[in-house]
Amino acid sequence: MIPAAFAYARPTTVDEALQAIADGGEDVKVLAGGQSLIPVMRLRLAAPETVVDLTRVAELRGVREEGDVLVVGAMTTHSDVLADPLLAQYGQLLVQATETVADRQVRHRGTFGGALAHADPAGDLPAVALALDAEFVLVGPSGRRTVPASEFFVDYLTTALEEGELLVEIRLPKLGSEWGVRYEKFNRVAQAWSIVAVAAAVRREGGRIAEARIGLTNMGSTPLRATATEAALLGADVSLEAVTAAAALAADGTSPSSDLNAQADYRQHLARVLTRRALSAATGL
Amino acid sequence: MTQINVRVDGTSYSDDVEPRTLLVHYLREGLGKVGTVVGCDTSNCGACTVHLDGEAVKSCTVLAVQADGGTVTTIEGIADGGTLHPMQKAFHEMHGLQCGFCTPGMIMASIDLVGDNPDPSDDEVREGIEGNLCRCTGYQNIVRAVQQAAAEMRGTGTASAPAEAVARA
Repeated sequence: MIPAAFAYARPTTVDEALQAIADGGEDVKVLAGGQSLIPVMRLRLAAPETVVDLTRVAELRGVREEGDVLVVGAMTTHSDVLADPLLAQYGQLLVQATETVADRQVRHRGTFGGALAHADPAGDLPAVALALDAEFVLVGPSGRRTVPASEFFVDYLTTALEEGELLVEIRLPKLGSEWGVRYEKFNRVAQAWSIVAVAAAVRREGGRIAEARIGLTNMGSTPLRATATEAALLGADVSLEAVTAAAALAADGTSPSSDLNAQADYRQHLARVLTRRALSAATGL
Repeated sequence: MTQINVRVDGTSYSDDVEPRTLLVHYLREGLGKVGTVVGCDTSNCGACTVHLDGEAVKSCTVLAVQADGGTVTTIEGIADGGTLHPMQKAFHEMHGLQCGFCTPGMIMASIDLVGDNPDPSDDEVREGIEGNLCRCTGYQNIVRAVQQAAAEMRGTGTASAPAEAVARA
């Protein structure tokens, strides 16, 4: 199908984009890579009055270093993420998850910021951002604010972005060589959404686990942290027994949905199994 | 209506389009480039794959206005006169098609893949074309065709650069 008619704005700076959003009327949609929005518009599940296309806002694209932090522009495409030398060195969890997103054509257009602002619980990148305690930099008519990942994802397809606001960049901690990471994804066929996936990052000190960060994809209406597993791993030996015991807690406190792909109890089973696999890989077991 | 200027298969066009016009509809109905087909309504099948500024994209999931100022290469623009592109030739020789509907997108996605990875393994080909569906399920010969074309493109130096850049050079 063809989208319903809309007015189209193509700003080239963030200021122009904010103005276009302000001028766009009651129902404005921001187009990042368009790989979720255009299909939704084609199906007429969305019929915005105005579309503000960020593709030409060059300042929103790219990755830079600021001390211990990597700053990823919201319009950095998935392909950019996969080719970026800084992310190759300090952002392997994001790189691994991005490799599993859709297919190469979609990765050429789709963007990191777009995927996060879309906030589909089956999307792969929100759980990574949550696991890493990413910070979301939002710009709006009343200025600039920073929202932690734990507050950014509010509900199904719903974020802390207010009307008129734009996600401009995402700040991720650099993970050095003391970290092991793994994105473990379960889906049925190529290019399908995650039925469940697990993003794990583990920092080792000697033979013990000093810190574990675990994000869960599609285990609720927002990405979640496997907090009981993280707590159980603190100070634990790097051993298959410890990892297996901690992973058994990965679904605690979750209430995933049941749908055509999986019942809720099966999703909880998957979360435990995938967490064990992700932790084993991340700790080199 | 919005005016766009776009170069498609080596020819420059200037047209007025509605912002909601999908690139694939502009190519087919505006320019008559019916070699690029629409196979699904959900961005899954990849039959409409073209190259926009050297990268494979699903032209049903790009607006025509987004191609303004850009360069599009379709399946109709990759042969060199009467000589098939190595990827087209390999699909022909290895019988990489049955009904042929997915073929334009398969070929455009495969050229993009080989541009990034000049010597893909079986698994790498299968992952590289995961965005393209063959409902005849004729994947074995498609994988063989991509590998044969990759070998020829390595030999002629066409694998290391986007094919359209070489074709225009």
